[in-house]
Parts: sequence; C-alpha cells; structure tokens
Amino acid sequence: MELLALFISAILVNNFVLYYFLGICPFLGVSKKIDSAFSMGLAVTFVMTITAVFSWLINHLILIPYGLDYLQIVSFILVIASLVQLVEMFIRKISPPLYQALGIYLPLITTNCAIMGLALIAVLNNYSFVETVIFGVGSGLGFTLAIVLMAGIREELDLADVPEPLKGAGIALIVAGIMALAFNGFLGMIK
Amino acid sequence: MEVLIPIITMGALSFLFSFGLVFAYKKLKVEEDPKIEEVSEMLPQANCGACGYSGCRAFAEAVVRGDAAANGCPVGGEEVANKVAEALGIKAGEVIKKVVRVLCRGTQDAAKNRGVYLGISTCYASHLIGGNKQCSYGCLSYGDCVRVCPFDALYMGEAGLPVVMEEKCTACGKCVDACPRNLLELHPISQEIFVFCHSLDRGPTARKVCKNACIACGICVRACPEAIVLENNLAKILDYKKIDPETIPDIEKCPTGAIGRLRKDDEG
Repeated sequence: MELLALFISAILVNNFVLYYFLGICPFLGVSKKIDSAFSMGLAVTFVMTITAVFSWLINHLILIPYGLDYLQIVSFILVIASLVQLVEMFIRKISPPLYQALGIYLPLITTNCAIMGLALIAVLNNYSFVETVIFGVGSGLGFTLAIVLMAGIREELDLADVPEPLKGAGIALIVAGIMALAFNGFLGMIK
Repeated sequence: MEVLIPIITMGALSFLFSFGLVFAYKKLKVEEDPKIEEVSEMLPQANCGACGYSGCRAFAEAVVRGDAAANGCPVGGEEVANKVAEALGIKAGEVIKKVVRVLCRGTQDAAKNRGVYLGISTCYASHLIGGNKQCSYGCLSYGDCVRVCPFDALYMGEAGLPVVMEEKCTACGKCVDACPRNLLELHPISQEIFVFCHSLDRGPTARKVCKNACIACGICVRACPEAIVLENNLAKILDYKKIDPETIPDIEKCPTGAIGRLRKDDEG
C-alpha cells in the first residue's frame, strides 16, 4: 500500500516538472507535438528507471561500504551519461525519424536535472531498492504525463489568438505555470 | 592508501560502463554513407552554423545528400570547397537551385466558396472545419505560407493564390510545412511543367467545385505516356526529365488548364 502511495505521489503529487521544477528544458523544448513529446517522455522514463536501479546498486554496494559517499554525484553522472548514450544509439538504430525529431534534446537528457534529482532525492529519502525503482518509474511516468499534457495544450494553442508579445516561449511558460498551480491541487492527497 | 580506494572504484566503474557502451555500439551501429565522415573531417569543425545548418556534421550530411553546395562553408572558403568537391566528384558551385511552387489554380473566380467563413483567418483553422472552398483539396487563400516565409518570398496575389518570388526563395521549406493542404512543393527552378491541382475528386465533382481542377480526362497522358500517369483521378508527372519538349503543346491542350507551363507573370 505504501508502495502504491509512493508511485502515485511520484506521478501526481511530487511531479518532477510541476512540483520540483526539474527537467524544464526538454519540457519546453520537445512539447510542440504530442508524438515526439510522448517518445521523449518514454526515453526519460527509461533512463530514470535504469538510473534508479544503478544508482541504488552503486550507492549501497560500493559507495557506502567503502565510505565514499562524497562520490555520489560523480558516479551518478557516470551512470546517467552512459545510459543516455545507450538510449541515443538505440533510438538512432530503430527509429531515425524519432532521432531527428528529438534532436539535441536527446543527448541533453544527460544534463537533465530531473534524472540527477531523482538519484539524489532517492538517496536523501533513504529509499529501499524496491522503493527506489517504483520512485524511478513513477517519476518518469509523471514527466511523461506532464510533457504530453503540455504538448496537447500547445497544439491547441496554435489555434488560439495569443497576443503578439507572448507568442512562443512566453505563452508556453504561462501555461506551464498554470499547470503547476493545478498540480499543486494534488498536494493534500498524500501526506 | 586512502586515496587509492576512490581512484580504483571510479576507474573500475568507468571501465565497466565504457565496456558496456563499446559492446552496445558494436550491436547498434548505424551504417551510413562513409562520404559523410570524409567530408565532415575536411570541414573546419567550428560548428558555427554560418552555412545555415546546425553544425559541421549536419552540413556534411546535406552536401552528401546534394542539398547544399560544396562551397557552402563560408569559414573554410575556397580551399575547403575544392577539397569537398573533389571528394564527391562535383564542381564546387554546382547545386541545383530549387524554388517553391504553388500547385493549385483554384483562384477566387475558379473555385467556388462553400459559404461565408468567419472564423480565425488562417488556413490551418479553416482547414480544420473542412475549408471555406467547395474543393476540399485546394488553396484556402488565408496565406499561412506567406506569413511563415522568413525571406518575404511569397505574397498573396489578387487572384487569391500565393505568388512566389523566385529570386528571394531559398527553398527552406517552411511554407511547404505550413500549408495544411500540402499544395506547395519544392522543384528545380528550371522545371516548367506542373500539375496545378491536388484534387482527388472524380471528374464531374472536381469540375463542379473548381473550373481549373484536374478532371482526369487523360489528354495529357495520351500526349506523353512515358512521363505522365493518372492516379486517383489526378494527373501525375512521374519524371519531368522524360517529358519530350515537342509534346508540351499537346499537354497544354488540357481543357481545364490544370497541367501545363508555369505562368511566369502571375505564378512566380
């Protein structure tokens, strides 16, 4: 039951984009079309899940036993960078159009603070292995949910009569802000 | 000794991950044209973007594809241009200029309106509700292509169709993407004959909604069967190069004028 609560809270309540404000770069950059937004969400979900697994293993099997806690950030970056490379190769192989559509934002998952944030928050909260994995999957799905919702709204925005100075990034940030407010409504759901 | 533990740990981890990546690279390697790598190495690697592409690698891909000229790199200048041209076996300045063509002749006089459209005046919005014209394939005349053009190479003509200014058009393709009905296409500037219609309606319907629509009568196909075919009630030029100049007068016998020479004065 607690695991379920953790899962739902990672998706809705502690949504990485809309609550922690992490991973804003791809959130704004790849949210113009639902298709590519969804793929981006899945790529981030994949990287987050595997990062959660590896970072927990490295932290608990290597770093803590040898008293190397201070190497957490460095070794997590190592994990993330390797995984993104792997995902990039994989997507390039199986879907060149998707590779084109994601463009620079794919390698930029490496420096996506949401992923790093995930690894560090999991450590901070002393999650067990299972909890970490659930947290990783949930956070990834939360990111996917946020970016797909955003893409849906932005597709509709093409039809809206947006004032000239707010076109593009301006209205996107306003929409993101309102979405964050709306998601804050979930706060009371899980303590 | 204290120092060695972190060094060994990080070293071992890095080694492990790089080993995994090398293995994955072997499995997932994407085969691509070796010329791209070759051209890429000749470029200055400044990744400045002055060529109009997002970096040296993207420019190399474009040159190999034939979209960019070998002398397109302003940083490398003549020296790099000659090297690239030599590697690809083309002349340095040799690139076929393309321009965009509006392939619809549904002018205000020719194509009937469906009713009075009072919605947002963009083609995209009009297209979403089925369009303001009776023809569901033709130009909507709200000028999404004109607005999106970064070079001001298009303007809305009096007849209600966008007009291309050849000398300003860089074939960037923005308007091609902007048109909700895909009426704009990039073609070599020397091409003269086009099918100026996208209507897949059957002959009688097509004729009823637009005077200049292709009614799939097949006159052009009989004039030049090597290059033109009928497909889904629409004439289609398969290979422009195969059109014999002598058959052009016969092709231009088209009863609706849907296929024929570009009219330089009002179509760019």
